[in-house]
Amino acid sequence: MRANLAPQNELRASSWLHRHEKSRLAILLSAPLFWLIVAYLGSLFSMFISAFWSVDSFTGSLVKTFTWENFQTLITADVYRRIALRSISVALMVTIIDALLALPIALFMAKVLSPRKRQLLVVLLLLPLWASYLVKAYAWRTLFANGGVLDWLLNPFGLGTPGYGLAATTIVLCYLWLPYMILPIYAGLERLPNSLLEASSDLGAGGGRTFRSIVLPLVYPSLIAGSIFTFSLSLGDYITVKIVGGKTQLFANVIYDNVGTAGNLPFAAAAAMVPVITVLGYLFLVRRSGALENL
Amino acid sequence: MKRTQLTQLSTMAVALLLIASCSSSSSSTATNAASDAPSLPNIAAATSVGDGEGALNIVVWAGYAENGSTDKAVDWVTPFEKASGCKVNVKVGNTSDEMVTLMKTGQYDGVSASGDATLRLIYSGDVAPVNTDLVPNYTTVSDFLKNQQWNSAGGKMYGIPHGWGANVLAYTDGKVAAPTSWGAVFDTNSPYKGTVTAYDSPIYIADAALYLMKTKPELKITNPYALDDAQFQAAVDLLKTQKPIIGEYWSDYTKAVQSFESGNTVIGTSWQVIVNLVNGGKKAKVNSIVPSEGSTGWSDTWMISSKAQHPNCMYKWMDHIISPSANAQVAEWFGEAPSQTASCAMTADKNFCTSYHATDAAYASQIHYWTTPTKSCLDGRGSICKDYAAWTQAWTEIKG
Repeated sequence: MRANLAPQNELRASSWLHRHEKSRLAILLSAPLFWLIVAYLGSLFSMFISAFWSVDSFTGSLVKTFTWENFQTLITADVYRRIALRSISVALMVTIIDALLALPIALFMAKVLSPRKRQLLVVLLLLPLWASYLVKAYAWRTLFANGGVLDWLLNPFGLGTPGYGLAATTIVLCYLWLPYMILPIYAGLERLPNSLLEASSDLGAGGGRTFRSIVLPLVYPSLIAGSIFTFSLSLGDYITVKIVGGKTQLFANVIYDNVGTAGNLPFAAAAAMVPVITVLGYLFLVRRSGALENL
Repeated sequence: MKRTQLTQLSTMAVALLLIASCSSSSSSTATNAASDAPSLPNIAAATSVGDGEGALNIVVWAGYAENGSTDKAVDWVTPFEKASGCKVNVKVGNTSDEMVTLMKTGQYDGVSASGDATLRLIYSGDVAPVNTDLVPNYTTVSDFLKNQQWNSAGGKMYGIPHGWGANVLAYTDGKVAAPTSWGAVFDTNSPYKGTVTAYDSPIYIADAALYLMKTKPELKITNPYALDDAQFQAAVDLLKTQKPIIGEYWSDYTKAVQSFESGNTVIGTSWQVIVNLVNGGKKAKVNSIVPSEGSTGWSDTWMISSKAQHPNCMYKWMDHIISPSANAQVAEWFGEAPSQTASCAMTADKNFCTSYHATDAAYASQIHYWTTPTKSCLDGRGSICKDYAAWTQAWTEIKG
């Protein structure tokens, strides 16, 4: 059996790669690392640099002089602090409400349903994700309108639609991000061995005690994973509040308004640092709590 | 763990130092941001119009470039496409600020700019002067729209006048007692609390200033776009007291239409085209008036980008949109006065031009057209006025 001598260079290359493990790793990682470092971190970094510039107040052209002005305005003006706190509160509310809604649904899906019905429910859960974001938000705008569906449903009970505002925004954001909260929890619960639950009831624990002592600690990492989705997505959302938010504005609107309408990109970049730092802080706390270790 | 943290911190510190040194070294030739007398960029106007390039990308106000998709009978774009061979791609801008930002990208050939965008576009070099000899229909445009403060600079015309109109006070018939003054939207004890609307743009501060001009003469406001510290603060305070009665700030005209139709809005500043669309949809009946204090308004100009990829198509479009037939159609659809004097004979409603005072120069001079506020006061008082950047920051504060 004669060795095929034609692809000599290929043989050389492959044996070189075989001997140099680190180079192999480097080449393999080069594409994703390029995306991460140059495209992603690089663009974040250039945005960070532009936060120290300013715009000519009349023509709107960029003035590339170093200035702390943008950050000074952000810190000293009351209104940005108020909007930032409002946005963080909305993000936390959405996270908590979604967690409360998602747990029973995920538990039901993972532990109670037969496999066939479980698959059906997963499909139904993912179906809204196929619809466009705007379609869903505008549908909710019609639901919240005076004389709309919510009015029609709640009027017999003496209530009415909350109208456009922060409540409506929170409800719509909860609706939009619920699948992202249910799926990680569902995945986490699926891995929970049923034998644990049976053992717990053998030891005399009721449903509540089992849930508190067995299920919750084990599903905690999935809960945190889902919460990262809902928190950061809500913090960065500027479209829903423009559609159902009435006259309120969230922090992402400050960024959006300064990019689009005001044309003040440096100020928008400075403002964009606030959600970045908030989410980094959130991730740091999550890491401290040890939730990511058992993921 | 500690070592990596230390390396991370030191890398960040070095990076920050680099940023600081890099940026400050290039600061020596920074231009003065106060722009007391900004310099006019030197851009040449076209000298001839050749054949169409086959496409046209324009930024327009809602209702300015209808191609039959809103209402089958309303279409002045398709005849243009057939005659010139230029396929028109329309981008609707909701506010002047959006339009300025869009034009800065250089991806559009032209824009229908209001007076609060025109000068910004001219002085930043985003638009080129227009050679009016190349636009035959320009000769019969109303004279009081030519060579005005908002559409010309350095003795050159920078656009083709499109039409002009006032921001109206719209109210739902049957739900609201007919108002006569802008006080109806500034009344903190309004019976329509929660269903009042206002325009979502910093330029709305001028509406508050206009109201104060007539109701608080001690503030001595002569031009709602020239506000010094005290006058500006008074206008901002008025808008802050208005916020609790506001239901929604609008900038998207389709949302404004839907708001009136569903009853979420019953009174507020609006455009005639929104009133027309609501009344056409028959879900609600809305009336519009220009209140006793007068109104802010707009006088729009078609401008051509300095980086236009399809300049011939843009010149052909500008000639088409001010042609008697097209200008009549767009004026009637939108509800504004046409710039083309010959359009008055072609409107479907024979009294259209009369009711919109289209050829009345005296009436036209009474509307306070959208203009970019500058540090150098527009009424000539010197550099004591608030510029547009201040207006924008104040607007964020007002909305809270």
